[in-house]
Amino acid sequence: MSAAATTAMFDTAAQRATQFSIENLLARYVHALDDDRLEEWPAFFTEQGRYRITTLENHRAGFPLCIVQADSRAMMRDRIAALRHANIYEAQSYRHTVSSTIVKPLGDKGVGGTARFEAVSNFSVVRIMHDGAMLLFATGRYVDRITLDPEPVFEDKLVILDSRRIDTLLAIPL
Amino acid sequence: MTASAAATPRHWPDEGLTRVPYWVYQDAAIYQDEQAKIFRGPVWNFLCLDAELTGPNTWRTSNIGEMPVVVTRDADGALAAFENRCAHRGALLCLKPCGEAKEIACIYHNWTYDLKGNLQGVAFRRGIKGQGGMLPDAKPESNAPAKVRIENYHGLVFGTLSDATPPVEAYLGADVAAKVKRVMKAPVKPLGGYSQMLASNWKLYMDNVKDTYHASLLHLFFAKFRINRLTQQGGVIVGGDGGCHVSFTIESPSGDEYEKAGVRSAAGEFALEAPELLDAVDEFGDNGTIQIVGVFPGFVLQQIKNSLAVRRIVPRGLQETELLWTVFGFADDDDKLTTLRLRQGNLIGPAGFISMEDGAATAFVQRGAVAAGGMNAVLEMGGRDVASNASRVSETSVRGFWQAWRGKMGI
Repeated sequence: MSAAATTAMFDTAAQRATQFSIENLLARYVHALDDDRLEEWPAFFTEQGRYRITTLENHRAGFPLCIVQADSRAMMRDRIAALRHANIYEAQSYRHTVSSTIVKPLGDKGVGGTARFEAVSNFSVVRIMHDGAMLLFATGRYVDRITLDPEPVFEDKLVILDSRRIDTLLAIPL
Repeated sequence: MTASAAATPRHWPDEGLTRVPYWVYQDAAIYQDEQAKIFRGPVWNFLCLDAELTGPNTWRTSNIGEMPVVVTRDADGALAAFENRCAHRGALLCLKPCGEAKEIACIYHNWTYDLKGNLQGVAFRRGIKGQGGMLPDAKPESNAPAKVRIENYHGLVFGTLSDATPPVEAYLGADVAAKVKRVMKAPVKPLGGYSQMLASNWKLYMDNVKDTYHASLLHLFFAKFRINRLTQQGGVIVGGDGGCHVSFTIESPSGDEYEKAGVRSAAGEFALEAPELLDAVDEFGDNGTIQIVGVFPGFVLQQIKNSLAVRRIVPRGLQETELLWTVFGFADDDDKLTTLRLRQGNLIGPAGFISMEDGAATAFVQRGAVAAGGMNAVLEMGGRDVASNASRVSETSVRGFWQAWRGKMGI
C-alpha cells in the first residue's frame, strides 16, 4: 500500500481532529445504548435525523424495506417510549464493539454551511439475557452521515446487518 | 423429551378440540411424522411470490417443511418447482436464495437439470475414451428430485407433493379465498424482507397467528398509545378443514377521526410524538384496517393498514423455526404510498411495535411447558367448536388449526 493511501486521512491536524470527533461520537453512542440510557439515543441525531436498520441482502438488492425506520427525533422518542411502556420482551442488554471507522468528507455542505462527513464503521453486538445467556446478536456496518457543528451528531445512520436473520426479536436500537 | 418417547402411540385428550397436549411441541418422532404427513402430504405450502421470480430463466430456493425446493421460471415464463436435491448423491442443486440460469448444474459432479427439474446430463456418463462411465442399463434418473405440483394463486405460488390436495381456492374455502383475493388484487412489487429465528416448535407460531384472543392483551402498543378505536368491528372466519382462517378489523370513517383526535390531542404521557407513523390510506376501499390470513400449515398473508407482507414458516428443527417475511406493495404504487408502507414497516417484523412480542411468546410456551408434556393447553374462549365468529375474543381458529393437524396426522 502506498504511503499516500495509508496517510490520506491524516495529512493535517484538522483531519486527525475530525477522525477523533467521529470516533468519539460513535463511542458515546454505543455506550449510551449499552448502559441502558436509551432516552439519550435521539439526542445523538439532528432534529430531522434519520435512523434505519436494514439487511445487507435488502441493501444490495436495492430494496427499501427497513427493520426499523425513524425519520426524526420524535419518532425515535416514540420508539423508546414504546420499549419502556408498551412492548414486552425479556430483560436484555447489548455490548457493542465498533471499529475500523473510515471517514470521508462530503462535498456538499449541511445546514448553515457546516462541513459534513460520511463515516463507515464495522460493528458487532453481543446480546446478554437476564439469565446470563450470551449470543453474537448482530454484526454489520454503520454507514453514517455526520455533521460536527455545533456538535457532532448523526444526520443519517444506516445500520446494515450482515445477516437477514434476527434471533427472536430486536427491541433495543443498534 | 426424546425420540423414543413417541414409541408409544400418542392419544389426544378426551376433551377434543378444547385441549392441546404439550407433547405436540416436544416430541421428535411427531416432528418427523409431520414432515411426511403434513408438509409433504395433502397441503399447500407457500413457496414465494410470483413477483419474486423477476424474469425468464430465474430461480429461487424455498422449502416444503424441511425439504429444500427450487422454484423456477423458464424461458417461456412458466413456473415450476422441484426438490433441491441432486439425483446422484443428494447434494443441493441451488445454493443461494435466488439466481439466473437456463439450466441448473449440481456443483458436486456437474449433473445438469432443466428448469422443470428433469435430469438432462450426467457428466462422463459414457466414460472417457471407453474407460469408466456408467453401464448401459444404469438409470441415473431413477432417484430424480421430486417434482412439486404448483399453483400460482393470484401471485402467491403454492406447492404440494400430493395429488390429493384440492385446488387452492377449495383448500382455502370460499370465504377465506375472497379475503386473499382482496389483498392480492394487482401485480405486486417486493419491497424487501428479513427473517426471525424463533426458539420454538413451528406450530407455536402458527397457533399464535390464529390466536385472535391474544392480540390486544400481549401487544400493548395500540392500547398504551390510545390508538384503539371504539368503532372497531371485526371477526374471525374459519375455512377449509379448519386450517385456514381470516381475522379482520374494520373501522368506520368516524373511527379514523377518533384516532386522529385521540392521538394528536392526547396530552398524556403516552401520546405519539410522531403520529404520522400511523398515516394510512384506505387502499382496499372497505375500511378494513387489519386482515390476517393464516393458511395451514405455515403461511400468513398480512395487511396491517398499508403494510402488506407474506410470512413463511419453515421448521428448522423440533424447537427451532425460521419465520421469513417478504414485504410488498403493488407495481403501480406511487412514491407517497410506498412511503406509507415503509414507515408502517415499524409496526411489523422482529422490531415491530405490534409484532415483536410474538417472537418471544412462542418460546415462552416451549420453555414453560418443558416438563409438562403430559398436560394440556386449554382452548375454551369463544366456545368449544370450530366456526366463524363475530368476536375475536375467541380461540376458534386455533381449534381449527388443531382440527386440521389431527386430521392430517391421524391422531
